[in-house]
Amino acid sequence: MIRGLIGAIGLTVVAAQAFAADPLEIGIGYLRHAGVKSTLSLVEQPAANNGVAGALLAIEDNNTTGKFLNQHFTLTEVRLKQGDDPVKAASALADHDGFIITDLPADDLLKVSDALRDRGTVLFDAGSIDDRLREQDCRANVVHVAPTRSMLADALAQYLVWKQWKRWLLVVGSHDNDKLYADALRRSATRFGAKIVQERTFEDTGGARRTDSGVTLIQRQMPVFTQQAPAYDVLVAADESEVFASYLPYRTWDPRPVAGSAGLVPTSWDAAHDQWGAIQIQNRFVKLNSRHMTALDMQAWTAGRMVGEATSRTNSNDPKTVFNFIKGPDFSVAAFKGQRLTLRDWNLQLRQPILLADGRMVVSVSPQEGFLHQVSELDTLGVDRPETKCKLK
Amino acid sequence: MWRLCLLCLPAVWLIAASPARAYVAYISNEKGNTVSVIDTEKWVVTATIKVGQRPRGIEFTRDGNFVMVAVGDDDIIQVIDTKTRQIADTLPSGADPELFTQDAAGKILYVANENDNTVTVIDIAKRTRLGDIQVGVEPEGMMLSPDEKILICTSETTNMAHFIDTATRQVVANVLVDSRPRFAEFKHDGSELWVSSEIGGTVSIIDPAKHVVTGKVLFNIPGLRSEAIQPVGIGITKDDKTAFVALGPANRVAVVDARSRAVTKYLLVGQRVWHMAFTPDEKYLLVTNGVSNDVSVIDVAAQKVIKTIQVGELPWGVTISP
Repeated sequence: MIRGLIGAIGLTVVAAQAFAADPLEIGIGYLRHAGVKSTLSLVEQPAANNGVAGALLAIEDNNTTGKFLNQHFTLTEVRLKQGDDPVKAASALADHDGFIITDLPADDLLKVSDALRDRGTVLFDAGSIDDRLREQDCRANVVHVAPTRSMLADALAQYLVWKQWKRWLLVVGSHDNDKLYADALRRSATRFGAKIVQERTFEDTGGARRTDSGVTLIQRQMPVFTQQAPAYDVLVAADESEVFASYLPYRTWDPRPVAGSAGLVPTSWDAAHDQWGAIQIQNRFVKLNSRHMTALDMQAWTAGRMVGEATSRTNSNDPKTVFNFIKGPDFSVAAFKGQRLTLRDWNLQLRQPILLADGRMVVSVSPQEGFLHQVSELDTLGVDRPETKCKLK
Repeated sequence: MWRLCLLCLPAVWLIAASPARAYVAYISNEKGNTVSVIDTEKWVVTATIKVGQRPRGIEFTRDGNFVMVAVGDDDIIQVIDTKTRQIADTLPSGADPELFTQDAAGKILYVANENDNTVTVIDIAKRTRLGDIQVGVEPEGMMLSPDEKILICTSETTNMAHFIDTATRQVVANVLVDSRPRFAEFKHDGSELWVSSEIGGTVSIIDPAKHVVTGKVLFNIPGLRSEAIQPVGIGITKDDKTAFVALGPANRVAVVDARSRAVTKYLLVGQRVWHMAFTPDEKYLLVTNGVSNDVSVIDVAAQKVIKTIQVGELPWGVTISP
């Protein structure tokens, strides 16, 4: 287990007012597995501090605010190695941190949330997009900052339908997460009036992502794989496992755009996003971390800022007081998405616009104009209140 | 050269006090990297001036001879000579200057630097930096109290209005407001400070003596989702009776009874309405509409939009000759 204490940034530098009392200490933990998954594209290979770098910026931002309120934030990161028990690590973090940001697979997160249930620790899920964590497996002590698969799929579907690309060729990977993403895409197609003209499975037969003459082989493989498809407008790929989707653009048999896991990708953040003041956080992030900001970084930053926002409003570091405020009607957080983000009170999922990015630019932001909702247009993305299976307890 | 003119400023100020009907409005076009000049008698664009990268905050000097415009991506403030309509000089600001305000004498400029959480104090005549004040994350709104003793700076991610003593340049108080405070405006009698919160969707009214929020202006437009109501620019008439609040992507300017704090009317303007300025005679209010690339002219007494003028790309700020 690697443990690092990061924090105490800049607190000593400027004191606009002299505070007699010691500052209110707010500890935030960060729990995740060590190691990063391998991606097909070398430029998308996540850094070792993916996610935690965003939390670190939130701590810095919170401390800038905190110096005016006599509040001080620290971040403690725990990286689980193979075989480490996430429950044990989370319990140790909970000894000094009332709030823990997690980047954990669904099963680990459920174990941790059940173990910490009676301790009052508030968990912020920054890393898992599984819908079941917000539905049948929802927990009352977990706030979901990451969007769900269904939110991402709906965001993409709204744009494709607006674009009149309604006939989809769906290509699904052979791993469980790929199938879950495909489920979400099928649901979106039904909801927004797209038609899946055919489905194909791309079997993962193993093999290295890096080879010295890979392009030649892929260039033969992908056109063959996509030939003889019924007439379609867009190829939608479900490949969270990074096995094939990035090989599809420009290589399909028919000249068609690619979306989903490659091409036009729905995401909570992109390094090219510069609207709504986003350029400011992009600049701050690059200055602090010497690299671009990823979706996971943004999700962790937002989690850290939610804690900071609630502690500044309540002037409290008591997890219960802070959590009640976050769950209350007055809570919202600004995250450079052009509107305030609020929590769905039925499953503690953060409502948020979703960016559609092509790897170089942000192409659009969903919800798309014209997709209406009686409460919030953000609730046109993902599973809505009437359909939820969540019973918070 | 323009510095010399600034030295003779008090004299010019007195002479210029006699009212003139036709004014000149300067509009900063954030995406176009230009400034549009509007004749307020004919309501036409008479010139378009090329400036630096990402022009936003824009103000006439007190003598009316120059227009200062913050070009954020070039990290400076450019000075346009209003006679030649050329860039005559630059002022040193911190990184990414956005909004700024000047004292009544036109001597000192206070600039919000979004990128490094500071307010920079500049001697306008000497073009030198007098100092920096540390504030919260992403400082933006800047406003001096009518007695000039207090400078207000709003910071967008910290969600505060910072009260800065202009004599000591120390932060003396901080007031939490709703999310992403964009702009601050005092009533002319100094009794109230109004702060708009873009993401929070409210305007907070602060007692400047007690440093507490005493009330909020709330907006509710039937048929429009609440997230689209994003207050930014604020203008209060000299008699302190009426306030105008630009509501961003709600595409409306709210007319507010400044005493009861109730919205009395919503005026439909262009898309993403941002900042505003009154003509000195207060007959007209000009507002910038970022997405529709135009400026709406509001007849203040009639509370009606009377004209729309096409300008450059993404109009942001507006200033009108004294």
